[in-house]
Amino acid sequence: MSFAIPLNDVLFTAAKILFAVVGVGLNIAGFLGWVERKQSAVMQDRIGANRASIFGVTLLGLFHPIADAIKLLTKEDFVPKGARGPLHGLAPMISLGCAMFCLAALPYGGAVQFSGRAWDLQPIALSMGVPLVLAALAFGVHGIVMAGYASGSNYGLLGALRGAAQMIAYEVCLASSLAGILFIYGTLDFQEAVLWQASRGLWGIAVQPLAFFLFLTAGAAVTKRAPFDLPEGESEIVGYHIEYSGMKFGMFMMTDFFESIVICGVITALFLGGWAIPGLDLQAMGALGGLLMVASFVGKMMLLLFLLMQLRWTLPRFRFDQLLDLGWKNLLPLSLLNFIATAWVVYLWR
Amino acid sequence: MAITVRAVARPARTFATQIYLVEVWRGLAVTFRHLFVNLFRHAMKALGIRGFLPGSVTIQYPEDPAVLGKRARTRHRLLKRDDGAPRCTACLLCETICPAKCIRITAENAPDVAVEKRAKTFDIDLGMCVFCGYCVEACPVDAIHMDADDVELSSYSRQDMIWNMPELLGDKTKVPSGPA
Ligand code: SF4
Ligand code: SF4
Repeated sequence: MSFAIPLNDVLFTAAKILFAVVGVGLNIAGFLGWVERKQSAVMQDRIGANRASIFGVTLLGLFHPIADAIKLLTKEDFVPKGARGPLHGLAPMISLGCAMFCLAALPYGGAVQFSGRAWDLQPIALSMGVPLVLAALAFGVHGIVMAGYASGSNYGLLGALRGAAQMIAYEVCLASSLAGILFIYGTLDFQEAVLWQASRGLWGIAVQPLAFFLFLTAGAAVTKRAPFDLPEGESEIVGYHIEYSGMKFGMFMMTDFFESIVICGVITALFLGGWAIPGLDLQAMGALGGLLMVASFVGKMMLLLFLLMQLRWTLPRFRFDQLLDLGWKNLLPLSLLNFIATAWVVYLWR
Repeated sequence: MAITVRAVARPARTFATQIYLVEVWRGLAVTFRHLFVNLFRHAMKALGIRGFLPGSVTIQYPEDPAVLGKRARTRHRLLKRDDGAPRCTACLLCETICPAKCIRITAENAPDVAVEKRAKTFDIDLGMCVFCGYCVEACPVDAIHMDADDVELSSYSRQDMIWNMPELLGDKTKVPSGPA
């Protein structure tokens, strides 16, 4: 083993991270802004945003996310008098940074052979991928609490406290609902989990259907979007980002989208076979296999995002006590039971 | 019209509704049905295939005309008698009842002795009007209506929001000033 890291590998890793954060993250987040508007509009018998045009071309309103970005970037960055300066600026960065980091740890593809070497398509390959992503997601709540505290507004603080309570309630379920399936896979590595599913042709959703629903619910709660949008609650307290304007607010908005992408990515990797396509041995197909891996992973992720988006526009917001009840009294016991049952079954099987 | 009462049964709290999951899927079924049916209708329209309902109920307002309800209260209109004189007898009932205090009337003697009084000036400040319709209700001689079917009332100055008598009678069209 040589200690000199080849320049190729460094460049390739940088390219992969760039792909994950910019290619997948920013593009899908922007695209989701459009999907959110159009999907909600179509299901409510409306047309939705369709006015942004470039030389008269509107492309079904696809330019609206671009218009949003321009607007957010050129708006005044207003910091209220009571705000605690550095913290106020740091909060959105922490939120968005954590979500971005998670994106880079997802397994967009496995290892493929072409032009004489193996290319690992996972941007940051780690044996501790799953707990790391969960930890980074949980760390994102610091951004929210910091934002609420630093803006010097009671509404902001209220939103932050709600956010913290909600996050704790659902992070626990998030991790414990995964316990069973990780026990079966016998690994904490995303890539290994995908390989387990690919080699057996058996997806996690078939092995642990209950865990899939628990994780989906808890995941939806972690993204802080309706019906779990109590930290934001536009119609009542506006929430932790009430004192933010311009791109800082935009970063919080994007965090929600990024977190949705991450949750859907984790579900894809652990429950929907990751990049695997049934009946195809992608790892033996070289460059084409690599492309198919990324396409299949992103495709599955988009389907899940579509489902989450539909849920978000179907259900009204929970009341806060209902929200905590759902988390602590329903999801948590169910996921623990699921884990215990899984452990017993695996024990008896062996 | 006789008042009818329809008793709506209180939805039962069954286990199925309590655990929420079934209801979520039922709600999703509704929204998914709307989504796909509307998508299909939009697609048919884009392909130029006729015979389907429109995919949305949206009125593309500035391009398509606004559709107003039959009983919508729109801009005020002063009515005339058969001989062409304004019906208003300057009784000031509308000015008195107006909760927004946005009607200003000055009276003068009418040439017709049977009428006795008529309005010399009649201004309504639509910038303050709350479109409650009390003025229409109050008028004893049916001189004022809110059925001009005109809702595009915005202007660049507060002064321009005040409509005077010839404008309300329809004798003169209002010429708004441009941006300051
Ligand atoms: S509609 Fe109401 S507010 Fe407007 S002028 Fe008549 S009485 Fe006054
Ligand atoms: S209530 Fe009718 S008649 Fe009396 S001042 Fe008003 S518009 Fe004229």
